[in-house]
Amino acid sequence: MGIRFILMVNKQGQTRLAQYYEYLTLEERRALEGEIVRKCLARNEQQCSFVEHRNYKIVYRRYASLFFLVGVDNEENELAILEFIHLLVETMDRHFGNVCELDIMFHLEKAHFMLEEMVMNGCIVETSKANILSPIQLMDKAS
Amino acid sequence: MAGPSLMDSFFQRSLDDLIKGIRLCLPGGEAAFIAKSVDEIRREIKSTDSQTKATALQKLTYLHSLHWVDMSWAAFPAVELSSSSVHSHKRLALLSASLSFNPTTDVILLLTHQLRKDFSSSNPHDVSLALSTLSSISTLDLSRDLTPELFILLNSSKNFVKKKAIAAILRVFEQYPEAVRVCFKRIVENLESSDMGVLSAAVGLFCELTVREPRSYLPLAPEFYKILLDSRNNWVLIKVLKIFAKLAPLEPRLAKRIVEPICEHLRRTGSKSLAFECVNTIVTSLSEHEPAVKLAIMKIQEFLLENDPNLKYLGLQALAVVAAKHSWAVLENKEVVIKSLDDVDVNIKLESLQLVMAMVSEDNLAEICKVLISYALKSEPEFCNEILGSILSTCSRNFYEVIVDFDWYVSLLGEMSRIPHCQKGDDIETQLIDIGMRVKDVRLELVHVARGLLIDPALLGNPFIHNVLSAAAWLSGEYVEFSRNLLELMESLLQPRTCLLPSPIRAVYIQSAFKVLTFGVYSFLSTGDDASYPSELTDFVLKEDFQESSETVTSAPISGADLSNGLNPRSSHPSAGNGEDPVIAHEQTSSASSKKQQLTQKSVMDLVNLVEVNLGPLAGSHEVEIQERASNILGMIGMIKPRIHSSMDESEGDRIKRELRASGMMKLMFDAFSEELGPVSVSAQERVPIPEGLVLKESLSDIEAICDHIKLPISSSFSLVRSHSLNNATTIHEHPSKEEYEPSSESTSLLAEHRKRHGIYYLSSENKVMISDDYPPALELKDQAIDEAEDLVKLTKQSLDLRKKRNQAKPRPVVVKLDDGEGAHIVVKKPQLKDDLISGAVREVLLGNEAASSSSNKAIKKREKNELNIDRPESNITMTSTVASEPGNASSRHKLRISGKEKKRSSSGKEKKEHDHKHNQKSDRIHAKHKSRQRADGTLNVAAQSPVIPDFLL
Repeated sequence: MGIRFILMVNKQGQTRLAQYYEYLTLEERRALEGEIVRKCLARNEQQCSFVEHRNYKIVYRRYASLFFLVGVDNEENELAILEFIHLLVETMDRHFGNVCELDIMFHLEKAHFMLEEMVMNGCIVETSKANILSPIQLMDKAS
Repeated sequence: MAGPSLMDSFFQRSLDDLIKGIRLCLPGGEAAFIAKSVDEIRREIKSTDSQTKATALQKLTYLHSLHWVDMSWAAFPAVELSSSSVHSHKRLALLSASLSFNPTTDVILLLTHQLRKDFSSSNPHDVSLALSTLSSISTLDLSRDLTPELFILLNSSKNFVKKKAIAAILRVFEQYPEAVRVCFKRIVENLESSDMGVLSAAVGLFCELTVREPRSYLPLAPEFYKILLDSRNNWVLIKVLKIFAKLAPLEPRLAKRIVEPICEHLRRTGSKSLAFECVNTIVTSLSEHEPAVKLAIMKIQEFLLENDPNLKYLGLQALAVVAAKHSWAVLENKEVVIKSLDDVDVNIKLESLQLVMAMVSEDNLAEICKVLISYALKSEPEFCNEILGSILSTCSRNFYEVIVDFDWYVSLLGEMSRIPHCQKGDDIETQLIDIGMRVKDVRLELVHVARGLLIDPALLGNPFIHNVLSAAAWLSGEYVEFSRNLLELMESLLQPRTCLLPSPIRAVYIQSAFKVLTFGVYSFLSTGDDASYPSELTDFVLKEDFQESSETVTSAPISGADLSNGLNPRSSHPSAGNGEDPVIAHEQTSSASSKKQQLTQKSVMDLVNLVEVNLGPLAGSHEVEIQERASNILGMIGMIKPRIHSSMDESEGDRIKRELRASGMMKLMFDAFSEELGPVSVSAQERVPIPEGLVLKESLSDIEAICDHIKLPISSSFSLVRSHSLNNATTIHEHPSKEEYEPSSESTSLLAEHRKRHGIYYLSSENKVMISDDYPPALELKDQAIDEAEDLVKLTKQSLDLRKKRNQAKPRPVVVKLDDGEGAHIVVKKPQLKDDLISGAVREVLLGNEAASSSSNKAIKKREKNELNIDRPESNITMTSTVASEPGNASSRHKLRISGKEKKRSSSGKEKKEHDHKHNQKSDRIHAKHKSRQRADGTLNVAAQSPVIPDFLL
């Protein structure tokens, strides 16, 4: 199903956002996040952004203090996922203005809404920043 | 606990407060703080004030999502809030639902009504929200109940809504495949949408579906092809390429058609991700098209040479895919690949290791292994073992196919086990023993390598190679006739540091010492001072008691002659340079003459004393294996020692008599050990025919009643061997002393009684005969190194004839293979039921697309609808496979299409009512449809219409 989960994790390994597109129990999630974080955060800049774990491929990228980790199945195009991560960051950047870890922490719902616009059922459905953000802007206006 | 008060609402902590609170927690205090907050939330969430409730739910969702707090108890408040008129509350509630609900959440059904209401809302954002929620939590019931609404939304005039509906429907299809019949056509129409969002969602959906079961989507190839040509959106192109990667292998003409556009994209695009997808599609699905592959490999080269680890990694991966069919591609990039073994990134190293192994051939194996070992020596433990692992698996692949020089390989195995980080002891052990059994000509070198390992006391301290030592000990014992210095070997087997070994391996050591001792003493006794008479004596003894053994001996010269041909290459080996021809165990005379100089009485006495001194203490060991084996040896020494000792100073007559008995006994021992062990097929056990009347699946409830009669629990399979061996009187000699023989015969009689009484639980006696004819009986005393289970299997066929024949034919040493494709496992994968249902429905809808609305169809359809006889879905499968195998056979495909159409129509009208039916009824209906489709095939005359795919392809 393309994307299986999206995680945002800070340098200390604390999860800042977790969105799953398949059902895992809390224990499974906790274990999975722990393993992945340990694996990916140990890697350095000269190493590639792809890690295989269990039956997932993890595509990750670090922006400032935040790691974006996307778990995909084997059919997925790694480079496209890297572009997707970049698009996600740019979108959040446009919305929050110089986005940082705290923005995501305190506006977790909004981050989820953005993802909801971009990904459904693990498929990327929207790649235009304006389209992604328009419902959220409407919502902000309403409140 | 008190209910929520006004104060609670008034002083309720906001989400921000909660987050700040967590951040302020001292290390370790977080859990307590969260627990406290959850308690607060439990109270707040019961509030009648929707704002309070919403905030509580918001906090709980946060904790659930990031701190793994269980919130299954809060499912109902989420449902409550989802009907709130405040949009932000509704959003929050639905987000919380989609993050926390699981298939077993029972309140999901309560959402049905709310979602339906939202689907018909005039506010597209409400609709979109409901669709997102549906896509993440939908269950069978929800999917079934909401399919009609989704069908309407698929036709929405708002592209925003349409896009979401298409994207959401994958989940609905998964849960409720019947929805395909209703919605599929509308989705297909959207493949021609001009709206990028809608198109992208539709292509994404088809990409997911195609990956699961490509064949059903072949008829849509023209639509996809158009997108491939026209689209300028890289995301969409990547998805379309993925679809084609699945479709192309099914339809060669399609492959021909798409190869040029794909190459064009590859040449033109500046986007790395699209280029990579093109490369991937070409290497996986279009590898027959030489120019395209060349282009792809050029692109891969570009990737490899760029300084980006990501591109390098992916380039290596793609190269690995190409390697299967175009090995030149790897050779062309050899340098980069080898250099990547030294990369900073272990992932890249692993990829390049895989590629290096793909380059291996008979000619370069030694060279590559040398390079790899040098990398292994300087790598960190983990990668070092990866390297060793791939060397081991590549070299052993298909019965050591790539290896010509086994002497080299065996010494490589020895070398590998000495690499400090080596943790592949198990594999090396298996291979050493396996090669020993399969490749006769390499045994000399094996024993040489084993000696090197055994005499090095430092190795005993490394637990990772204990298994290798076990193999070495076993080999030295089993092929002791190749050893040049028995005393040294014995010393190494009994050195004090062996106490560091785990007891099963120590037991192997002791057993090997036993074999060495037997060999040494027997060689000595059978030569004595005069080489001629002891052999007469042994012959005499043999004739008296042991017919079969004597046959072995008389047949020995033949096998020896056979062997001498095979031995030629080895005699040129440096370590065999002293002209001492190694001999197989049977061939007594030549072995004896060559050992004569070494085996003086003194040296044999030394040997015996050495064993006695070292094993003495072990007879009291707490480990039964060790204790028993040590006692066996000591018992034997007790018997033979006086005889060896006295052989000098007694009178001639006594001497002859004693020696006659001693050497007779030793001969028996020796023969027991000299039976050769061969490789065993993994399927050996299966090939033992199940005797008539044996019902394996019958309940064994009466087993207890049977067991009551017999006090001694005897493992029937082992006992079977034993009793049979005794009958043939071939294996008695493996018992070193009479005392030990007694209990065994006792158990045999018990067993015989048992067999008489419960004959049906035994294999029939014909089997036994068959076993004894074809295979050497298992010798229990020498098999410690091998798994017991394996030993059982050993009873079955071993093709000695085959081996002999090959001995002369091949220049490379013969590797014994069993004749039945040993090791081949066939795994039959069952198709997933759900996917099958989806694609079944898709096929019906799709293949129905093109049918003309001829009135005759309807009539037939009505008739068939009543026919609800169940048929296996096989009909479905076989039919599609005919379609696949004969792409040109248009009429058969077309028939399907028309018949599918009828069904679609027949069902779509009644769909909504039928939704309520239970599963089994539903599946019945599907089967019935297959049936009716078959019928339609027979009755309809459809030659007139031209089918879709051929149209497109020609």
